Amino acid sequence: MALYSEKVMDHFRNPRNVGVIEDADAVGEVGNAKCGDIMKMYMKIDDGIITDVKFETFGCGSAIASSSMATELIKGKPLTEAMQLTNKAVTEALDGLPAHKIHCSVLAEEAIKSALEDYENRKKQ
Amino acid sequence: MIYADNAATTKMSDKAIEVMTELLKSTYGNPSSLYEFGQQAKEVLEHAREDIASVIGASPRDITFTSGGSEADNQAIVSAATFGKKRGKTHIISTAFEHHAVLHTLKKLEKEGFEVTLLDVHEDGLVRPSEVESAIREDTCLVTVMYANNEIGTIQPISEIGAICRSHGVLFHTDAVQAVGHLPIDVEKENIDMLSASAHKFHGPKGTGFLYARKGINLTNIIEGGAQERGKRAGTENVPAIATMAEALKESVSRIDQTSARLTEVRDRIIEGIGNIPHSALNGDHAKRLPSNINFCFEGIEGESLLLLLDDKGIQASSGSACTSGSLDPSHVLLAIGRVHDVAHGSLRLSLGEDITDEESDYIVKSVSEVVTYLRSFSPVWRDLESGKTAHIL
Repeated sequence: MALYSEKVMDHFRNPRNVGVIEDADAVGEVGNAKCGDIMKMYMKIDDGIITDVKFETFGCGSAIASSSMATELIKGKPLTEAMQLTNKAVTEALDGLPAHKIHCSVLAEEAIKSALEDYENRKKQ
Repeated sequence: MIYADNAATTKMSDKAIEVMTELLKSTYGNPSSLYEFGQQAKEVLEHAREDIASVIGASPRDITFTSGGSEADNQAIVSAATFGKKRGKTHIISTAFEHHAVLHTLKKLEKEGFEVTLLDVHEDGLVRPSEVESAIREDTCLVTVMYANNEIGTIQPISEIGAICRSHGVLFHTDAVQAVGHLPIDVEKENIDMLSASAHKFHGPKGTGFLYARKGINLTNIIEGGAQERGKRAGTENVPAIATMAEALKESVSRIDQTSARLTEVRDRIIEGIGNIPHSALNGDHAKRLPSNINFCFEGIEGESLLLLLDDKGIQASSGSACTSGSLDPSHVLLAIGRVHDVAHGSLRLSLGEDITDEESDYIVKSVSEVVTYLRSFSPVWRDLESGKTAHIL
């Protein structure tokens, strides 16, 4: 049996929404290099809708796949919906992750929340 | 497929498979049985013991067959500790980058009241004999230092350490799992009191190994239940596997000079190629390393992703990243030579097989370079390094 599901390997090998948005409306970064995982998410937000999202990830196969899947799940969605995205939803969309890799999906959820928080903070200024 | 994970395990040689298949069919008797068919198995077993002993310059009675390197390490350390404790000696010296078969056994002994000193292995991954000498105390019962490191391949100054131990009357054990069959070893000349080895690291079968313990060392049983191995290791001997181990060892040792020369050449070619990747660094001393071992750290990437993408390109390798170990910390070996966590996560170990071609070595260099560049292209850590937000350390 392979370590990862076909879905994970697909998103790892062909990650969706990779890159940077230079004029992003929101940027979120979570994790640290010491633990071996860092995710950074960039969003364009228009009228309460995430019109574009991109990511950069330093991490293992499941961290890259989780980032990719998470961006797919929120792209084109309203902020309220993105805010409610859970790591469980990311894991399920990937057809599961090995037990010791669940934290990668948690990181993806946190990266989205961190970006949305950044958006709220920017609005206040 | 380019199998470059020979430090994890090796392919059995054709000769070994042939010998083992034949023995599984013909020599299934129990060596402890008194009838002729059992005694034939006993003869095969003892012949294997003689062959193995002669390869490492030992006497046959000093060889105890085990299930592999881990068991041999456990038994050697526990035996020295038991012997030491009886004489009030409860201090053990080892190094920070031993295999866990050694480190975990030492941890267990610490809970039982032993005191353990782990020596620094420095940035080059080499133990200093002078530091072994300074660490020896009145109550030191054992020094255990691996022959060659399993991750970074550095070869330790074994005979010098052995001489120091002997002059102080301290037992010296070496975990030689990565060295046996790959480096010429003579336990007498190198002042080794105990040595562990594992068959599957030199093209023999898995689940078989041996412990050499010099005459006069009383081994402590860790498996009870029978009089096999002079009462020191219970359990019906795996005669076909043991005899095959002896064959594989003889075969490996017979061509050690030519494989060493060939592998060193290919290794250095790969080290030069991979070394051209910006912000990469070889782990461990270049000269004093196993001919088959290459171990690099790359800034800005994580090892597991690297391994998966190399696997897609048909290259099987290994990494010391936390993600591949199943723990949160990267390799204790890389941390022991002073690599910081961030960099240790981005490590790659290639352990070459003897049949590697020049074309394959070029393909490895090209593939590693491509994958590192690709992973860096969307790594936030690499972006920060390149933009100057954080400083390069490699």
